[in-house]
Amino acid sequence: MLEVDRLQIEFPTRRGILVAVDDVSFSIEEGEVLGVVGESGAGKSVTGAAVIGLLEPPGRIARGDIRFEGQQLNGLPQETMRRIRGAKIGAIFQDPLTSLNPIYSIGRQLIETLTTHTDLSPPQARARAIDLLNEVGIPAAERRVDSYPHEFSGGMRQRVVIALAICAHPRLIIADEPTTALDVSIQAQIIALLRRLCHEHHTAIMLITHDMGVIAEMSDRVAVMYAGRIAEIGPLRDVVKSPKHPYTVGLMDSIPMVGQEKDQLPHIRGAMPRLQEIPPGCPFHPRCPEVFDRCQVERPDLMDTGHPRQTASCWKFARIV
Amino acid sequence: MVNVIANYSTVPPLLQVQELSKYFVLAVPWLSRIFNRQFPPILRAVDGVSFGIQRGQTFALVGESGCGKSTVARVIVGLYPPTAGEIFFQGKSLEDPSAKSSPESPPRMQMIFQDPYASLDPRWRVRDIIAEPIRAFHLAKNRTELRERVSELLLQVGLSPSDGEKYPHEFSGGQRQRISIARALSSHPDFLVCDEPTSALDVSVQAQILNLMKELQRRLGLTYLFISHNLAVVNHISDHVGVMYLGRLCEVAPKQILFNQPQHPYTRLLLDTIPDLSISGRRRQPVTGEVPNPIHPPSGCAFHPRCPSAYDRCQIEKPAPKFAKDNIVACHAVEEGLLQ
Repeated sequence: MLEVDRLQIEFPTRRGILVAVDDVSFSIEEGEVLGVVGESGAGKSVTGAAVIGLLEPPGRIARGDIRFEGQQLNGLPQETMRRIRGAKIGAIFQDPLTSLNPIYSIGRQLIETLTTHTDLSPPQARARAIDLLNEVGIPAAERRVDSYPHEFSGGMRQRVVIALAICAHPRLIIADEPTTALDVSIQAQIIALLRRLCHEHHTAIMLITHDMGVIAEMSDRVAVMYAGRIAEIGPLRDVVKSPKHPYTVGLMDSIPMVGQEKDQLPHIRGAMPRLQEIPPGCPFHPRCPEVFDRCQVERPDLMDTGHPRQTASCWKFARIV
Repeated sequence: MVNVIANYSTVPPLLQVQELSKYFVLAVPWLSRIFNRQFPPILRAVDGVSFGIQRGQTFALVGESGCGKSTVARVIVGLYPPTAGEIFFQGKSLEDPSAKSSPESPPRMQMIFQDPYASLDPRWRVRDIIAEPIRAFHLAKNRTELRERVSELLLQVGLSPSDGEKYPHEFSGGQRQRISIARALSSHPDFLVCDEPTSALDVSVQAQILNLMKELQRRLGLTYLFISHNLAVVNHISDHVGVMYLGRLCEVAPKQILFNQPQHPYTRLLLDTIPDLSISGRRRQPVTGEVPNPIHPPSGCAFHPRCPSAYDRCQIEKPAPKFAKDNIVACHAVEEGLLQ
């Protein structure tokens, strides 16, 4: 349904062009949850923003295609993109306060979105707005529909944002760190809600987060990003339980887990390079425990790991095939 | 009331917090004060918290945002004065004027903050940042000794002595946190208060810092108070854990016991929210409801509106911390043996 093909996103700066996303390809099937995980600066949010056409200038798509239900999205005029956004692709961001307008009641914001993207009349839209608020678990929705964003707690605001995102029955939702700003107990509630909604409406989700725990709770497939590239992509269980790329292996090992106590956590040495210092060859090679000559000169593409549907961009798999 | 100090050992604890409270008086706009006769509301950020930390161990405080865990840390290091209660460090009350640090007696306590971007002065070279406590407390006799000490500290935290010439912006988040640790260690403290030291870091870097902290603890015999909201991190680093909810401790227990046999309903629910990375298909039981506003906390046990085991008594009476098996628990239902 969504196809991203060899996407490259650049940020021109005074000191040269920074490549934030480099040659990223993936697809999302109908009703599927694709988790995109990576450390800060890995390019996951920029990829998400490009898909909904909200890339902040001076960022620009230098190469590649984004196709949604067969229609090419990149290069579309703003107005056409605005119609697709909301009607067919919804968005949920990290901070619910910035996604809601503080001077309008949440009912008004829902009704506006509904009347823009559907054929409902204003009274019908209001009834639908109350239904939606009920659906996302806001108690006393008939009363709270006229409340303003500041009258809600963080978890409730995120529920309102979810109601806004799903109100026109989009086929795809881009959720960028939807639970990061919330407390752990509220986080679990929001994950349960998102999972239920996308199951009921058969909505696909591109879930962007740094938290492997959230990915493990929700996704069907996972893409692990590192320094603007996809290091590994595959079904959730395979990526989490038997990661193939040395970065994913190190990442999974370094997460402390209850029930598997170790005295020292295995860790990856060093830190992810800044965008202006991405090394040649495989961007992970200076930190990689399995590095060899080819990694330092040539950039690996995603290749077969010998497991169905699980690919990794690491030269060690070139030797297998 | 039971004296709730870590009774797991007969040795007196290095740090002992007794019935500590910290209230904040909130500001009311002056017009409301005059016309509406509004009195400034009182926020009970910390309300009667007691625990003890043994030398060389790590005590972790966990809880959701607004539960008062950072306030406890700040009161202990003296950034806020306590409203009530006392803190004993090496058997001496911190109220005692002789416990105050001075150039003659450098502080035995230091703090590491969450945000390594905000806690280092961007205009200072790293060597000056680390040397500041050494200079302030006259811990080095001359410049050569000072330089050697700074190099030694940089090596200790896994940086190189030449990094001292650089400025903080030249380092990544994890390296900055190493600089904060080096600065904290420069006055030879016994006790470090670490307020979410890894929350701003990426996971692979978080593992490096946690390993470094454990290694330094072993080598230098440090004692940690570790504040975190991340239960998996707490499980990795701590020996004892205190769970806080709305300014009060609901459960204190040795780590193994807390994670394997939690008693307080809130601890049970909190443990249930730990994401399941082994993908066993276990369904999480989300805690229902929201964290209440700490300005108007619920009556009785503050957790009762969200508690699956709450009954009449919980709405009226504040539960006092009591021993239940190996844990110290503040819960009526646990006390009366109503929970399995």
